[in-house]
Amino acid sequence: MRNILNFIWKNHFFFLFLLLETVCLVIVIQNNDYQRAAFINKTSEFFASVNKRITNIYDYFNLAEINRQLSEENARLRAQTITSFNLTDTNTFAINDTLYKQEYTYIQAKVVNNSINRRKNFITLNKGSNHGIKKDMGVISPQGVVGIVADVSPNYTTVMSLLHIDSKISAQLKNTNHIGSLVWEGINYRKGKLNDMPTHVVLHVGDTLVTSGFSAIFPQGIDLGYVLDFSLRNGEMFYDVDIAFTVDFNNLAYVYVVNNLLKEERSKLEKKTAHD
Amino acid sequence: MIRIVTSNILRFLVLTAIQVAVLNHIHLSGYVNPYLYILFILILPFETPKWLLLIVAFFQGLVIDLFVQTPGMHAAACVFMAFLRPLIAATISSKKEYEPGIQPSIQDLGFNWFLTYSAILTVAHHTILFMMEVFHFYEFAITIQRILYSSVITLILIILSQYIFYRKPRNIISGKI
Repeated sequence: MRNILNFIWKNHFFFLFLLLETVCLVIVIQNNDYQRAAFINKTSEFFASVNKRITNIYDYFNLAEINRQLSEENARLRAQTITSFNLTDTNTFAINDTLYKQEYTYIQAKVVNNSINRRKNFITLNKGSNHGIKKDMGVISPQGVVGIVADVSPNYTTVMSLLHIDSKISAQLKNTNHIGSLVWEGINYRKGKLNDMPTHVVLHVGDTLVTSGFSAIFPQGIDLGYVLDFSLRNGEMFYDVDIAFTVDFNNLAYVYVVNNLLKEERSKLEKKTAHD
Repeated sequence: MIRIVTSNILRFLVLTAIQVAVLNHIHLSGYVNPYLYILFILILPFETPKWLLLIVAFFQGLVIDLFVQTPGMHAAACVFMAFLRPLIAATISSKKEYEPGIQPSIQDLGFNWFLTYSAILTVAHHTILFMMEVFHFYEFAITIQRILYSSVITLILIILSQYIFYRKPRNIISGKI
């Protein structure tokens, strides 16, 4: 330190010169529009590249926030897609002006806990009854069906994922509309089984399975999986079909909880009919 | 001592006034502009401390800047010139010895010495000034041209002023009293 001071003192003429010239340059750049523009022009390229790098890094940290915003927007958009609406009968007099009536809305949620390695796997979401989630609602991700709401607390929801040995989802072949039920056998988290697929149906490897819309839990046409392999055992009435889930359960981040606005009406009606 | 300080302050005021009132309005062929005020820095006494030289030059430049409304440019040029001054003065040999009391003037050190001395410093000053003004290195030839023309005019004025203001040579050194 002392040496540095000595050095500066010895060369005070030079350092004073540097200081004054720096002051001059600052004055020039701050007070003269042309020089400022020229200076900024020269330096901006450098600073822009530095800023870009910094922004890239910040963007990375903001990914969570951006994801949240995007998934919220997706939920909003999804509520506007045609599958979310019920075609009202236009043959009768329309009381509503609208051709379509909203049937499904979506609540965006973040996966805060998830497992794939148990026989009964559950997913925990960061939203609950405060946000309008109720028991037995469907849960989907952008890739496809995730599961069904099992329990709800004010701020959290547990979801029985497809990876649960008791889960059973009504599935439909996308090209032929035949119905089966999708189950999981509790071993490989990427593979499920399709039951109740009658043998007269022509199956192909790669056929897509979507939700049937029969359960009032999911809208029709949400991806479930695709056929990996199928075989026909002698004397059986149904195929033995291996399917691959479209959802990678090991990599779930954001999901949508499906809220069927007409579910109660529908189940009430169906219950009444069954009683009769 | 006080006499030297007051005479320098007086010179500062007069030169600044001339520069601001007259010379700044002279634009020979549109862009050649004499800057006589640097004479003040040129003929500050040799005894002036180096740091004071820089400060005074900075101040002088700043005052001119305020009048011309080019903040910082003249100041930068003057500081650079003041920085070079001791170096140049020590480098240029003179037949006459530096002695206490002599001033950097034609009368004390001779025409050749003074011409070389003021020419180098004037060019240095003008170089920084004009480079600051254009602030880039494109059209360098035009900038050089401006520097040289203005330097020549300034130099002529400086030499002339020497003869105008110091009519009586003080022949202390040559011994003719």
